[in-house]
Amino acid sequence: MKEKIVITGIGLTAPNGDSLSEFRNNLINKRVLFQFIELRYIGKVIAGVCHYNPLKYQNKKELRAGTRAGSISIYCAREALNDAKIDISSVSRDRIGVYVGITEHGNVETENEIANIKEFNYDVRFWNHYHNPRTVANNPAGEVTVNLGITGPHYCIGGACAAGNLGIIQGVQQLMLGEVDYAIAGGVSESIHTFGIFASFKSQNALATNEDPNKASRPFDINRNGIVVSEGGALYLLERLGSAKKRGAKIYAEIAGWATNSDGTSYVLPNPDRQAECMAKAILNAGITPDNIDILNTHATATKAGDIQECQAIRKVFQKNFPYINNTKGFIGHAMGAAGALELAGNIPSFEDGIIHPCHNIETLDPKCELTNLLQKEKLYKNPEEIKYILNNSFGMLGINSTLIIKRFED
Amino acid sequence: MTREQISQAIKDIINEILPEGDCSSIDPEGKLRDQLELDSMDFLDIVMEIRKRYGVEIPEADYPKLATLNSCIDYLEPKLASK
Repeated sequence: MKEKIVITGIGLTAPNGDSLSEFRNNLINKRVLFQFIELRYIGKVIAGVCHYNPLKYQNKKELRAGTRAGSISIYCAREALNDAKIDISSVSRDRIGVYVGITEHGNVETENEIANIKEFNYDVRFWNHYHNPRTVANNPAGEVTVNLGITGPHYCIGGACAAGNLGIIQGVQQLMLGEVDYAIAGGVSESIHTFGIFASFKSQNALATNEDPNKASRPFDINRNGIVVSEGGALYLLERLGSAKKRGAKIYAEIAGWATNSDGTSYVLPNPDRQAECMAKAILNAGITPDNIDILNTHATATKAGDIQECQAIRKVFQKNFPYINNTKGFIGHAMGAAGALELAGNIPSFEDGIIHPCHNIETLDPKCELTNLLQKEKLYKNPEEIKYILNNSFGMLGINSTLIIKRFED
Repeated sequence: MTREQISQAIKDIINEILPEGDCSSIDPEGKLRDQLELDSMDFLDIVMEIRKRYGVEIPEADYPKLATLNSCIDYLEPKLASK
């Protein structure tokens, strides 16, 4: 029997909250905070900007040398450790692993350097010597280890917009293999600082526009017109159940099952058959049936193809008995590499408070997104004891799919 | 630039690179690295800023000449005389 892995700490930053309690309250009470930002070349765009205090855990020198993704990772990792009540100085630092999911990394830094040398007629003598440590693919996870003096393994998992789930899965697997005793795992994104991401979505006709930035991200709404890109992060402190019990730690949830697979069909377009397979495999991996799932967070980016095809996949898996279904991007936009991990966090408190948060910005539901038990506008109150399993979808480009299932912890 | 202006320019650069540092009581004859906890990457930042702001290229072989504030001024004075 595989050893149970549990969540004992959560650190996060989202456009509408810098802690789990703030984030959760804003999902329950429908508070969003999007804004217009200016980026080079593309100009004014709508984005989700985080408002955590970077100086809480870093000095100005560290911030100057590092990246935004690194800073977000450090904030989330420190918050997760604090939440788990782990004193870093009292544990073996070589037994902590850091596994951070990223959609992409290095675009921001490369664009900035090119803009910098443009000021000097493209003379590469002015190219910054921090460019390489800023752009290596392990940067966000590596910055965490430098900040905390962690000497165990660290790396990032490049998984497009499925990366948040993948980071958690990686942490779980490393704990199960006995490679580490604690895993700091999840996903982060700094993507709002690169014009290229916005420009590419725009060229694809997939970048949301709206006079009111708070109404731009509207998954499943008939009038949605694309993605609102956000920055953010969510990192979890994961450990084996035996370790958590020995410490007397608060246990948020148990990792029940997961799956990741590939469409194998398109660079961009999703494949509902493979998404359905991914969900079904995760449910099988958890040793349960679709009937057991109580809450399902959809990936739901607010693109027509993405939303509709995911709904098709859900209908295929659940057929008769549907879980309560919500999505999170109406509240926080698409936090890219952080999306899966952040959206999972938004639903975890349901195990305690019994509230299931709704979707946001659905004024007129796209008929093709009709799903039984979809919480379009209003939150739902349930007996917390009745909520046992939460399923979290996170999908990405090149047809990468991930489904993570967590379970109410019952001793 | 005068020696005083060069001294201030170097302090300005260091203050930007080490925002938590304090150049006000620096011993001009003491090694900068010892007084300000400058690491080799910070040192490269100083070289880069001098290049950007004053167009002065400092070859690696000359880095030892920038060990103290006064030696920096001695080194840069002829190069910045016309600036």
